[in-house]
Amino acid sequence: MQAETHGTLISGGNGPSLTREQFQQAFHNMLLIRKFEEKAGQLYGMGLIGGFCHLYIGQEAVVVGVQMALKDGDKIITSYRDHGQMLAAGMSARGVMAELTGRETGYSRGKGGSMHMFSREKNFYGGHGIVGAQVALGAGLAFANKYRGTDEVAVAYFGDGAANQGQVYESFNLAALHKLPCIFIIENNLYGMGTSVERASASKEFWRNGEPWGIPGRRVDGMDVAAVYEATAEVVAHCRAGKGPYLLEIMTYRYRGHSVSDPAKYRTREEVESVRKNRDPIEHVRHILLDSGVTEDELKSIENDVKDTVKDCVEFAQTSPFPDPAELYTDVLQEG
Amino acid sequence: MATDILMPALSPTMTEGTLSRWLKNEGDTVASGEILAEIETDKATMEVEAVDEGILGRILIPAGTQGVAVNTPIAILVEEGEAVPEHASAAAPQPSAEPAQAAVAPVSAPATYAEGETYVEKDWGPTAEITVREALNQALAEELRHDEDVFLMGEEVGQYQGAYKVSQGLLAEFGEKRVIDMPITEHGFTGMAVGAALTGLKPVVEFMTMNFSMQAIDHIINSAAKTLYMSGGQMGCPIVFRGPNGAAARVGAQHSQCYGSWYAHVPGLKVVVPWSAADAKGLLKAAIRDPNPVIFLENEILYGHKFECPTDEDFILPIGKAKIERAGTDVTIVAFSIMVGEALEAAKVLAEQGISAEVINLRSLRPLDTATIVESVKKTSRLVTVEEGWPFAGIGAEVAMQITEHAFDWLDAPPVRVAGVDVPMPFAANLEKLALPHAEDIVNAVRGMV
Repeated sequence: MQAETHGTLISGGNGPSLTREQFQQAFHNMLLIRKFEEKAGQLYGMGLIGGFCHLYIGQEAVVVGVQMALKDGDKIITSYRDHGQMLAAGMSARGVMAELTGRETGYSRGKGGSMHMFSREKNFYGGHGIVGAQVALGAGLAFANKYRGTDEVAVAYFGDGAANQGQVYESFNLAALHKLPCIFIIENNLYGMGTSVERASASKEFWRNGEPWGIPGRRVDGMDVAAVYEATAEVVAHCRAGKGPYLLEIMTYRYRGHSVSDPAKYRTREEVESVRKNRDPIEHVRHILLDSGVTEDELKSIENDVKDTVKDCVEFAQTSPFPDPAELYTDVLQEG
Repeated sequence: MATDILMPALSPTMTEGTLSRWLKNEGDTVASGEILAEIETDKATMEVEAVDEGILGRILIPAGTQGVAVNTPIAILVEEGEAVPEHASAAAPQPSAEPAQAAVAPVSAPATYAEGETYVEKDWGPTAEITVREALNQALAEELRHDEDVFLMGEEVGQYQGAYKVSQGLLAEFGEKRVIDMPITEHGFTGMAVGAALTGLKPVVEFMTMNFSMQAIDHIINSAAKTLYMSGGQMGCPIVFRGPNGAAARVGAQHSQCYGSWYAHVPGLKVVVPWSAADAKGLLKAAIRDPNPVIFLENEILYGHKFECPTDEDFILPIGKAKIERAGTDVTIVAFSIMVGEALEAAKVLAEQGISAEVINLRSLRPLDTATIVESVKKTSRLVTVEEGWPFAGIGAEVAMQITEHAFDWLDAPPVRVAGVDVPMPFAANLEKLALPHAEDIVNAVRGMV
């Protein structure tokens, strides 16, 4: 039933909307995440990916919309459900898939895995396996921006499950106190592992949780990439102008279990099917594009592009070597 | 083209499972994402979703089959109008999670100790007598001057001038941007400092006492110590966590604890334990310049103690090198932090009794200067370790094990640990005194083995 709340969401705001080209780009990026994740789930099933693997399927519009409102140099940090953020940030599908499969060519050279990946080049600061840790770390990224006197912002993503961790509120206090250019994004997919927001949180309106610290908040429809983009663009402008942190609660939904090994018995099949059928963020953009005159063939060509990218990254990962055994001992400390 | 649907692994530990039920029949059209079957894993009943679209051409494993190994073909998916092959495709590559390399060369850990590799301290010339507090203050001021990326943050470090006055005067010289008062939120501000360090800034985080670092220990270990490794070497974390450690005087169990052993356990951290003013200054400067997370354990009682300290403005000490504070031939006493003073006092008493004790000031627990200890024990054949912390799984246990590994044949007696008593710190003055090691305990330990 909670999925129904999606229907009553307000949209982004009055900011600039996406152009047709941007919608096409969004369609491509969201589809890439979807297909990449489906493939990751499949490779997990085949034993090529081990350990934990948390898929982003269903939530694609969130990171894609947010990323389109950022510029080079803005810093991003998230939880262990991180594949989508990385692809949206422009990290290569090859490097991410190679890391998922524990190969030497992965972003962490096989030492991080699904939950712990980083890219200095793309300003992606992880990939953190401890629920809520990325929120305080994200405040630190924003702190560094301010310390260096840049106008860059930091985006700290976390889920509804992390939203009641104590350090989140310590971070709100610090970010507000120091007017840090930090965008806190709660990706509310309605379930923290198997526990619904209803059962886990006395506060049901996470977007208001910054109020005691004077942090403005807004709830956004995370199944609508344009709404996410518009809201984020406004919030980014607020942060760049030195007005301090902002809290976005982006309502979304994950189609798969919490991790690949979650049987997801805490919600009904009908609930998942209903979102898939009525609220799918990719289908939404497909319709916008078709309505705007983009042809089926043009969409097909984007789909083929995505298919090729995914196929290529799987081949790349599977043919990449495992890390050299000597790598066990490297990267523990940096040389002085 | 016909493709096999394989028995999936649906948990980190699953190797086989039961195919309990098919939700699709042969001949059914399936779309990507549709549920094909249910399987029982070692954890739960899971659903197998179709990854591709097509027609379920043939079911190879009937419902109810137990012990189906992961990656066994369970069905064949065909395209519209395609003939259904009888068997699973023989040509289909059987994916394997096994490493592509054939033989794995044995790899051994980098040596923690190389024979004969002992450290000789540079002569830094003239000295002046200063307190440990002044030494720390000088080190902070010099490094703040030296590098714009260095900043100090913590509770009461600025306007209050430091809970223990270590940061006195720094706010006036460096301003609020670089000497930053923090609210009482160790978990949050430590995480924030680590985040800043991941971008290359060099925070010095002061904990009012190291006891409060336990509020933040997740960020120290999971976020600071492990990120370089987890990022394949991309993201270092140049940060110092410092503050008074161990027992002070009559502050009870929650404020009197040594974290040497706790933090020394963790790869990715360095752990520094100064005793004298020179240690404090030379090692704090080194810690701030180090590109890794460094735990810097001070001692409240030592803050007011005076020592000779080099005046050379370039004075700095290497992390990971112990110092022989007093040479001797009959027994090696290994100590760190405030216990170095107790060990030296014990050595004086022992000398009067005709026993020559060598006293090693560890200065650093991780890396541990095993070479200096080994060379000493090879000379004295006896080892006594001294620490204020608890004995079980403590630093003494590690030092004794290093000696067992590297100098066993030189030992004339089993090593002895002198440590804090294995109880939470009591408040009553007489009990507190009994709970902590003193010079006479060290003397007694040595006399019991010589």
